Amino acid sequence: MDLYPPTGLPRRRHLLSISDLDRADVERLLETAEGFESVMQRDVKKVPTLRGRTVVNLFFESSTRTSSSFELAAKRLSADTISVKASGSSVDKGESLKDTILTLSAYDPDVIVIRHPQAGAPAIVTRHTDAHVVNAGDGKHQHPTQSLLDLYTIRKAVGKVEGLQVAIVGDVLHSRVARSNIQALTMLGAHVTLVGPPTLIPREAAAMGVTISHSIDDLAEVDVIYVLRMQRERMLEGANYVPSLREYSALWGVTPDRVRPSQLVMHPGPINRGVEISAEVADSASSRIVDQVRAGLVTRMAVLYDLLTEPTTTGGQAALRAVEPAGQEVA
Amino acid sequence: MERLTHREAPPANLLISGARLFDGDSGLEGVQLDVRVVDGTIAEIGSDLEADGVETVDAAGLTMTPGLIDPHVHLRTPGDEDEEDIASGTRAAAAGGFVAILAMPNTDPVVDSAAVLGGLIERAGEQAAVPTGFFAAISRGLEGRELVDMAELAARGAAGFSDDGRPVERAGMLRRALQYSRVTGLKLTLHEEDMTLTAGSQMHEGAVSAELGLHGYPGIGESVMVGRDLQIARYEHAPLHLCHISAAESVAEIRRAKKLGVDVTAEVSPHHLCLTDELVRDLDPAVSKMNPPLRSAADRAALIEALADGTLDCIATDHAPHRTHEKEVPFEAAPNGVIGLETAFAAVYTELVAPGLVSLSTVIERMSAGPARAFDLPVPALRTGAPADLALWDLSESWVVAPPYASRSRNCAFAGRTLQGRCTITIAAGTVAHRLAEVAR
Repeated sequence: MDLYPPTGLPRRRHLLSISDLDRADVERLLETAEGFESVMQRDVKKVPTLRGRTVVNLFFESSTRTSSSFELAAKRLSADTISVKASGSSVDKGESLKDTILTLSAYDPDVIVIRHPQAGAPAIVTRHTDAHVVNAGDGKHQHPTQSLLDLYTIRKAVGKVEGLQVAIVGDVLHSRVARSNIQALTMLGAHVTLVGPPTLIPREAAAMGVTISHSIDDLAEVDVIYVLRMQRERMLEGANYVPSLREYSALWGVTPDRVRPSQLVMHPGPINRGVEISAEVADSASSRIVDQVRAGLVTRMAVLYDLLTEPTTTGGQAALRAVEPAGQEVA
Repeated sequence: MERLTHREAPPANLLISGARLFDGDSGLEGVQLDVRVVDGTIAEIGSDLEADGVETVDAAGLTMTPGLIDPHVHLRTPGDEDEEDIASGTRAAAAGGFVAILAMPNTDPVVDSAAVLGGLIERAGEQAAVPTGFFAAISRGLEGRELVDMAELAARGAAGFSDDGRPVERAGMLRRALQYSRVTGLKLTLHEEDMTLTAGSQMHEGAVSAELGLHGYPGIGESVMVGRDLQIARYEHAPLHLCHISAAESVAEIRRAKKLGVDVTAEVSPHHLCLTDELVRDLDPAVSKMNPPLRSAADRAALIEALADGTLDCIATDHAPHRTHEKEVPFEAAPNGVIGLETAFAAVYTELVAPGLVSLSTVIERMSAGPARAFDLPVPALRTGAPADLALWDLSESWVVAPPYASRSRNCAFAGRTLQGRCTITIAAGTVAHRLAEVAR
C-alpha cells in the first residue's frame, strides 16, 4: 500500500484510492482475505487479532452493505468499534468535518473509516488525525474496498483477472465504483469497456485506458458484465441525462436476452430491479451479487488487518499465521 | 475624472542606483541606470547620479519596471472584512509590485448605489496603500434584471461596471448595458459563463475530471458566452473587457473578433497561465478550486500563445480571499477562488519568462501598460517627469510561498511552491508603498 503522507503528521498508511495500491499490495490483500475465509466457516467466527484496537466508522451518507460489513469486519477481528452517522450526530448541529475528526481523534482510534457524499473528504480527514484512514466511498470519486471485493469475487469465480474482458454498464458518470474498478481491473490486467449512453460516460474517459461503447450489443463479447445503478440521487435536477428510465432500460438494461450463461453478472448494489438490471438476471445463476456482499466482509477484514500490521511479502500465509493460533485461543 | 483613490503619504525622495531598467514604452530593455525620485516624481534618469543628501538604494543586480496594475481584485469590502479589507488587500498589492488595482463589486452589500460606492472611496482615501478604483455592478444586486443607475455611479467615481462572479445571463440585458455605456464612457468587464453548461461543476471537464469524478466545467461553458457577447459588442460598436479568460475556445473567439475590429480587451490570470487541472488531483480546494477552473495543458498553451501575441491584453489576478475554515472542507464543498496579488509577477516570471515562453518585456506590458490602457488609467512609465509608479525586483531570488501573507487570507494557488523573483520596493503614486525588510539596509 502506498504511503499517502499528510502534512505535519507522521507518515501513515491510508487506503483512499485504488491508486494508493500497487499490484503486489492488491495480491497481498486478496490473499489475506482468502485466509480469513476459513475463519468465517468456523462456529466461532471471531479472532482476537485486533483486540484493543479501535475502529471508527463515520458515515455521512446512507449505506447498508458497506457500513454493516466494515462494522462486522472490525468485530470479527475483536476491535472495538464506534459507528457515527451524520444524522443524529453533531453534524446535524453544523459541526464541520474537521471538528468531527478532531473530536473522534481524541479517543485515539487506530482506523477511521469514512463515507462522505463529497469527493476529497477522506483526504481532509488524513490532515487532522493520527489514525489510518479508509475511504468507504467519497462522492463520485473512489470506493477502493468495493473494488477489492469485486476483484476477490471475480477471482473466486473465474480463477483469474488477468486477460478478462469486463464491461462496466450504465451510469459511469456518477459512479465512484466505476472509477475505482477501472483502476483496479486494468491494474490486474483485465480489459475494461464502458457501455452506456453518451450522456452518462464522462468525456475523455478513454484516457483511463478503457474502451467506450454506446451499444449494449457489445456485452456479447465480455466475460464479466458489471452493472451500475442509475444514481438518480446524484443527478442534477433537470439535467436530462436520459429521456426516461423506460427508454434507458430498453436501450441499456441488462436483460436475459443480453446475457449468456457463461458470463458473470455483478452489481455493487443496491439494485434497481427493472431499471439497469432485470429481476431474472439478478436472480440467475450468472449473478454473483450475493457473493460480492460475502466477499465484502473478508476483504474489509483484510484491509483493517493490513493497515494495522506490517505488510509482509508472504501475504495470506502471514495473515493465517497470525490468525490461526489466536483463533484457537478464542475457540 | 480621477477614478483611483489612496491614502495620503509622504512623497518619496530616493536615489535608486544601478538597477537594470525595463520599460518597452520608454525603449528601455535592461539598461543599467540610476533613477532619482524627488517628491514622488521621477526627476532624473541617468548614469552616476549624485545622492545630493537623499537616501540611496543600492539596486545593483536588481531590475526596475513600471509599477503593475491589477484590474481584477476582490477586496471583500464591504461585508467580509475578515477575509480582506482595503488596507490588507492594498498592502498585498504593494508587496506584489502593484501600483494600482481595481476592485470588484460583488460585496455585501453589492456596490450598486452611489452611497455604497461613495463609502468605499472614502475608506480608500484613509486606508489604501496603493491607488484603488472600484467597479460598480451592472445590475442591481447582481441579479441580472435591472440596470444600476450607471450615470450616477460614473459621476460618483466608478472605474467601470461588472457583475463579476456571475455572467449577465440575459443577452437583452447585456445589450442595454452596452448601449448605455456610451452615456458613461466607462467599460463593462464581463464574467463569461453559460450556467446551463456549468451547473454543478467543480473543475475543468477533461481527463482529470473523468478520473476524479468531479462534475466538469467545459471550455465551451465559457466560450459560447464570449462568442455571444462579442457579437453583441460588435453590433453595438461598444467597447468590452472580458475577465479571466481560461479556455482555448475563448481565445479563438477573441482573436477572431479583434480581426473583425471589435473593441475588446481581455485578461488572463497567473494561475491559468502557470497551472493546469492536474493540480486538482491533490483535492485541496485552497489551492486548486476557482471559477473559471484550472484547465488542460492545451488550454494553458493557448493562453500563453495569446498572451504573447496580444490577443490577451492583460494579466489580472482575480485575487479572491476566503476564510481558512471555508477552504478546509471537502473539495466539493469549498467556495471558488484563490489569492494572487503577492505571487502574480513571480509566478509568471518563474513559469513563463524564465523558461523562455514569453519575454520579460511582454509580461511587463501585459501587467502594467496593458491593463492601464484597457481601463483608461495613467500608464506607469520609467520616464523623467512621470509620477513615480515603479517596482524594483530581485529576479535572482528564489522564495517559498508560505504564510504570513500581507493578505488576510491564505488560499494561495502557489502555496508551497518555490518562485523566482521578488518585489523589493514598490513606489505607488509617488510614495513608498512596500519595502522588503532585507533591502531597508
